[in-house]
Amino acid sequence: MTELPAEYLYVLSIVLFILSLRWMSEVKTSRLGNWSATAGMAIAILSTLVAFQIQRTDLLVGAALVGTVLGTPIALKVPMTAVPQRTAMSHAFGSLAVALVGAAEYYQDLPKINLFTVSVLSAEMILGFLTFTGSCVAFAKLQGLIPGRPFVYRGRNVVSLSTLGAAVAMGVYLALNPTQEFVLPIMAGLALLFGLLLVLAIGGADMPTVIAILNSYAGISAAALGFVLDNKVLIVAGALDGSSGFILAVIMSKAMNRSFANVLFGGVGSRITAGTTGTAQAARSVQAYTPEDVATVLEDARSVIVVPGYGMAVAQAQHVVKELADVLQRRGIDVKYAIHPVAGRMPGHMNVVLADAQVPYEQLWEMDRVNPLFPEADVAIVVGANDVTNPAARTKADSPLYGMPILDVDKARTVVFFKRSTRPGFSGVDNELFYLPNTMMVFGDAKEVLTELVASLKRRGGSRQKV
Amino acid sequence: VVEVSQADVVVNLLIFLMASFLGTELIRHVSRLLHTPLMSLTNAISSVSIVAALIVMVGPKNDFILTLVTVAVALAATNIVSGFMITDRILRLFRRRQTK
Repeated sequence: MTELPAEYLYVLSIVLFILSLRWMSEVKTSRLGNWSATAGMAIAILSTLVAFQIQRTDLLVGAALVGTVLGTPIALKVPMTAVPQRTAMSHAFGSLAVALVGAAEYYQDLPKINLFTVSVLSAEMILGFLTFTGSCVAFAKLQGLIPGRPFVYRGRNVVSLSTLGAAVAMGVYLALNPTQEFVLPIMAGLALLFGLLLVLAIGGADMPTVIAILNSYAGISAAALGFVLDNKVLIVAGALDGSSGFILAVIMSKAMNRSFANVLFGGVGSRITAGTTGTAQAARSVQAYTPEDVATVLEDARSVIVVPGYGMAVAQAQHVVKELADVLQRRGIDVKYAIHPVAGRMPGHMNVVLADAQVPYEQLWEMDRVNPLFPEADVAIVVGANDVTNPAARTKADSPLYGMPILDVDKARTVVFFKRSTRPGFSGVDNELFYLPNTMMVFGDAKEVLTELVASLKRRGGSRQKV
Repeated sequence: VVEVSQADVVVNLLIFLMASFLGTELIRHVSRLLHTPLMSLTNAISSVSIVAALIVMVGPKNDFILTLVTVAVALAATNIVSGFMITDRILRLFRRRQTK
């Protein structure tokens, strides 16, 4: 049982956590929100330390030091393009911590452990361990340590799900026979294996949903621990994290018009596309243009919408995109950025990358708000995005993308599409946009090509005559 | 050993459900602009599981248990430190406005 003063202080930190999420709703108050949560955390930790006398202060200080020494450089050095990896890593750390505490609590309570405690601990450990390996794989994929494409083989879903089934069976067995200690490592091993198999079979572009789901799992397992220890602050914080991850996952999968099950088990992005699309492509021609041509079109434009995607972040082209926008704005051209919800590798990723390039956030437009503006735009510039602009999602009922909400890029008077090669996007689907008469394809490394374009525009000097 | 009575479980279940509903409503109102910092923030918040590790650390029965929770404290501490710091770093980016 917790000491009474600590219980009151826990209530205070709960209030601060809730206020923190409320303040995160808008940019203006968001930093206050972060400070509020930081204060809530400090109060929770300090009141625990005061209420419970930990004998091994050496280990405590050591662990806290390790955390600070590891955590500080991560927070300060990670580039904004790599925030998804950092997030996956933090999910791995958090879920492993929760799983380890669950195991510790089990061994601590033996042999007088009741059914409720073992059941909750088993569920919590399964969730914690699978989130750990799942997040590690997500990290490795995002960091490029292993290929981003899904690792698929026949019957993979049967293998994965039976692994999970076996883990759950072990959990049930442990709950009914709590003193059978040997079951715990087997259960943990199966859960670890399932997490591995699950995320290996998911492709890079599905990471926004996957990261959100893993975020949710990490929260739920923390809350489960709160049930075992009868600790309210754990329950509330875990529930807040769990629901946050869940909502974000819903938003992400809606933005792809797919179900959770399809994201988790669909293996989308694994198809080899060379065979079928190769012949189709030969029949249709793509118009390739130079940056110089694009500069000529942009000179006469009044409004431009930039559509960034993950490819922009990969090419580190966000700064030169901002430079282009500056040059255009100096000519009196209106510039907006259209942000698709699943652009990038985690929810909100593009916003952060562009904010880092000092793009004012007022210029970042959400899909629903910006779509009606495309028909009035003179030029839409697509940099490093592909599937989220494919008109087939609107028109072709047989396309795998059909039904997915897209940015209506094709409605702009001219579309400038920067692309590294003619390869299709993540989904493996050819983009109808390439073949439209009003589309100008510019091939090459986004950063190099955009630099040329900016230089060309600067050479032309003089601002456009206002009409 | 924490004794949890059935009444406690019911109360805790209610708290969990209420917090989940509240969380869902609050998150719905978070601007899409801020989804990345939101995720790093909630992840840091969920590392309040460090409290559980600290409680077990008070009287571990053996060194194995002590090792488990010490590692857990280090992991959670890493998340707390890096989580709040990186969230602030991201949010500071959004404050900059272009002078027109």
